[in-house]
Amino acid sequence: MDALHYFEKPTEADYLNCIRCGLCLAVCPTYREYLTETSGPRGRVALARKNLEGELALSSNLLAHMNACFACLACNEICPVGIRPAELTLSMRYVKEQIKSTSWKQRLFGDLISHPGRMETATVPLRLYERSGIRKLIYLLRMTQLMPSQVRDLEAMLPHLPQRPLRHVLPVITEAYSESQFRVGFFLGCAQNLLFAEESKATVRVLARNGCTVITPRDVQCCGMPARGYGRLDLVRAQAKHNIAVFEQAQVEIIITDCATCGSTLKDYKELLKNDEEWASRADRFSSCVRDISEFLAGIPLEKPKGKIESRVTYHDPCHLRRGQKIWQQPRALLSMINGIDYVELPEADWCCGSAGSQLITHYETSTKVMERKADNLINTKAEIIASGCPGCQMQLNTAIQRRNLDIRVVHPITLIDEAYEADSA
Amino acid sequence: MHSRLIDDLLKIMGEKGVLFTPEDLAIYGYDGTFVEAQPDIVVVPETTEQVSHIVKLAAETHTPIVPRGMGSGLAAASVPYPKGGIVLCLTRMNHILEIDQENATVKAEAGVVTADLQAAVEKLGLFYPPDPSSIRHSTIGGNVACNAGGPRCLKYGVTGDYVLGLTVVLADGRVLKTGGKPIKDVTGYDLNGLFTGSEGTLGIVTEVLLRLITKPRYAKTAWAEFSSLGGASRTVTAILAAGIVPASLELMDQTAVRCVEEAMHLGLNTGVEASLIIETDGADEPTVIREINACVKICQGSGAYSVKLAQSEAERNALWKARRSMSPSLARKAPNKLGEDITVPRSAIPEVVQRLRMISNKYGLPLVIFGHAGDGNLHPNILFDKRQPEQWAKVEQMVGDIFDASLSLGGTLSGEHGVGLLKRPYLERALGPVSIDVQRAIKHALDPLNILNPGKMFPE
Repeated sequence: MDALHYFEKPTEADYLNCIRCGLCLAVCPTYREYLTETSGPRGRVALARKNLEGELALSSNLLAHMNACFACLACNEICPVGIRPAELTLSMRYVKEQIKSTSWKQRLFGDLISHPGRMETATVPLRLYERSGIRKLIYLLRMTQLMPSQVRDLEAMLPHLPQRPLRHVLPVITEAYSESQFRVGFFLGCAQNLLFAEESKATVRVLARNGCTVITPRDVQCCGMPARGYGRLDLVRAQAKHNIAVFEQAQVEIIITDCATCGSTLKDYKELLKNDEEWASRADRFSSCVRDISEFLAGIPLEKPKGKIESRVTYHDPCHLRRGQKIWQQPRALLSMINGIDYVELPEADWCCGSAGSQLITHYETSTKVMERKADNLINTKAEIIASGCPGCQMQLNTAIQRRNLDIRVVHPITLIDEAYEADSA
Repeated sequence: MHSRLIDDLLKIMGEKGVLFTPEDLAIYGYDGTFVEAQPDIVVVPETTEQVSHIVKLAAETHTPIVPRGMGSGLAAASVPYPKGGIVLCLTRMNHILEIDQENATVKAEAGVVTADLQAAVEKLGLFYPPDPSSIRHSTIGGNVACNAGGPRCLKYGVTGDYVLGLTVVLADGRVLKTGGKPIKDVTGYDLNGLFTGSEGTLGIVTEVLLRLITKPRYAKTAWAEFSSLGGASRTVTAILAAGIVPASLELMDQTAVRCVEEAMHLGLNTGVEASLIIETDGADEPTVIREINACVKICQGSGAYSVKLAQSEAERNALWKARRSMSPSLARKAPNKLGEDITVPRSAIPEVVQRLRMISNKYGLPLVIFGHAGDGNLHPNILFDKRQPEQWAKVEQMVGDIFDASLSLGGTLSGEHGVGLLKRPYLERALGPVSIDVQRAIKHALDPLNILNPGKMFPE
C-alpha cells in the first residue's frame, strides 16, 4: 500500500462526503439492471474508498467493479453533494495502470490508436469486407444468423463503411461557399474518419454553406477517451498535448467536432492538464475554443433548410453531450428547423444506450441489457429515424435495431440538416 | 459461518443469488447512515419461496438474518448484525403483480422501487400518495417495513394507511398472508398494522397489496420566503388553523436552502432565513386555486416578503426535486450528518423550532432544520465529522436534547424513519417500560429464536 503514495490517485475530497444516501442508484444504468450494491455508484465509491484507506486490496474483483461503470455520468450529475462516482472509477483504473500497467493497453492505446496511419492500416479488412461485396452477400444470404450472437451484434453496429478514410478525402482547407464569416477548425475523430465518414462530410458541407472556412488538420490523434476508459491517463495527456499543438498551428478561434465523445474529452483537456505548468494555459485556451457542431450552429445565424424530410424523427441524448457538455436543446432545435419532420420525444432520452465506448465487447451482457431498455423506448415512439450525435451511440442503436428486426434509420442530426439543404438544391 | 450453510444457500439460490466476496460483504454493510457492520453472506432472492427456504435454514442454524431493500434507510435499521449472519436483499423481487383498476389496488413484490410503482399506477389514472424523499431509491417493501412518510402525508396519510394486505415470511419460514382487497376488515387482529413499521424484526415482507386513490388532476405549488424561522413556523400553524389542508407544507431553514441551491443552481434566494413550500391539490381546479391563494394571503399576512407560484409543471418538478435532494445536499458542509425525525403536535412547531436553535447554539455544531412542518414532522440534521471524537461526543448529547425537547412537548422520536439502531437507546424514555414489555412479548411470540433483524428497535 505504501507504494500508492507515489501515484496519482483520488484524494479524500473525492469520496469523504459521500453519505451513502443512495440517490445515485436511481439513475445508474448498470444498477438498474443488476440491483446489487456492487453494480451501482454508491457501492463503487465505497469500494474505492475502502481501497484507498487500506481496508480492501486492489483485487481483480474490486477492479472489475470499477471497470463495470459505463461512465455515463448520470451519478455525477445527480449527486447533491458533488461526489463524482463515475470519475472515481476512472481514477481507480489509472491507479491500477500506474501500479502495474497492462501490456496490451500500451499496444492498443499507445502504439495503435495514437497513430492514425496505423489505425487506418489495421482497419483495412473492415473496408474490404464492405467494398468487396462480402458484407452485402452475407446479408443477402442471411448468414448473420450463423454468427455467434456477440459477433452478430458487433457486425450490426457497423455503418456503411467509407472506401477510404476521410482524412485522405477531406481537403485541409474547405472554403466557405459564399463570403467567409468564420475560420473554424474541424477535429476529425477516429470513428468519423474510419466509419462515419459521410457524417463528417455533411458537417463540413453544412459549415461551408453557413459562411465557415473549415480547416481540417490531417495529423490529429485520437481525442483520448478510449485510453481514459482503460486507465491510461498518461496517454490521454500525451494525445491532448499533440492535439493542442496541432490546432495552435492551424490558427483557428473555434474548434468544431461532430462527435459527442471527442467534444467532451477535448473540453476536458484543461482539467487534465491543469497541473502541468507548461501546458495548463495552452490547454485552457484550447478547451475554451471547442464546440459541438450543434452548439456552434445554434450560435450563428443559420440558413433555414428549405427541403422537406417527411418522417417521424426522435432523438437520443448521448451521455457525453447531455451530461458531458450540457448540450441537449441545441440538437433538438436543429431538428425542429427542418420542414416536414414529425418530431417525437424519446422516453428516457438521456438514459445511457449501453454503448459506453467498448462495453458491447468487454461487458456484453450488461451492455445488451441496457440496450434493450433503449430499444423498448424507441419502439414506443414509432419513429422512422433516430438522430444522435455520437458514433458510439449510433453503433449501439444500429445493433439494437437489427436485434429487434426494426426498420429505423440511425443518423447524426447534421445528416438530416445536410439532406434538407441538398433536397432543396436538387 | 458454517460452510454447509453457504452450500445450502447456493443450492436454493444458485450462484447469482449468493454473494460473499470481500467486496460484496464490505459494501452490504451500510444503509443511508454512517453505521456499518459486515455480514457473513448476502442473499438476493427472487421469490417468496426462496425467502422461506432461507429463513428456515437460518432458523435451523440460529443465524441472524437482516432484510433490506435499496439501503436508503436513515435509522440504521437495515445494517447487518454486528456479529455477522445473513443479509437478505429484496431488490430483485421487483415485479408489479397486479393493478386492479376496479378496486383501485396494486399488488407488488417488496423490491419494486416506489417511484416505479407510482408511475405504473398513475398511467392508469390511479395514485399512490406516500412520497418519501427517497422515492426513487427506496423500495415499497422498505417503505412498509419503516412505515415511510413524505411531504404528501399531511393530507393523504403515511404508507401504513394504504396497506391492505401483506405476504410475510415468518421467523420459522412459514408464509403468512394478511388482509385482502376489502377496504374494511376487522376479522381478527390488525396484522397489517403489526407488520407495517416493524423494521424486519417480526417477519420479512415479500409482497404488498396497497389501496390506491384517484389521481388528483390539479396541483398548485407556492414558494414563500420569510425573514425568520419563527415567522415561517407560525405561518404553518396559521394555515392549518384556517381549515386548509394542503397536500404538503414544507419548512426549511437558510442552510438547507443554501446547500440545495449550491447543488442544483435553481436560483433560490439563499439570503432568506426560512422558506416554505406549500402545495394544494385536488380534482377541482377552482378549489385548488382558491386554497393556494388563501395560503399565499396567510403567508403575506404573517410577514413573508416574497411568495411565488410555480408557473409550470417543469418549475413545480424542479422545486420538488430540490426538496428531495435537500437532505443529502447538506453533506456538502460536513463528511457526516445525522438526520433526526422528531414529530410534535402541530401546534408545538414554533416552540420546538426555537428549542432546536437553542440546542445548536449550546453545542456549537450546525443543526439544519427542515421537514414536513404541516404534520409536525421535522428533520433536524446535525452536521459533523465522525473522525473527531469530541464532535461525536457532542452529537450524542445533542440527540438526547433533541429527543427531550420533542417528548416534553408531547412529541415522539420518529415520524417516518423508524428506530433501527440509532434511536434504540432512547426508546424506553419515549414509550415507558410497559409498552416496551408488550412489544418485547410480541417480538418473542413471533421470533422466539431472535433471528430476525436482532439487536434493532429494542434496548439491550
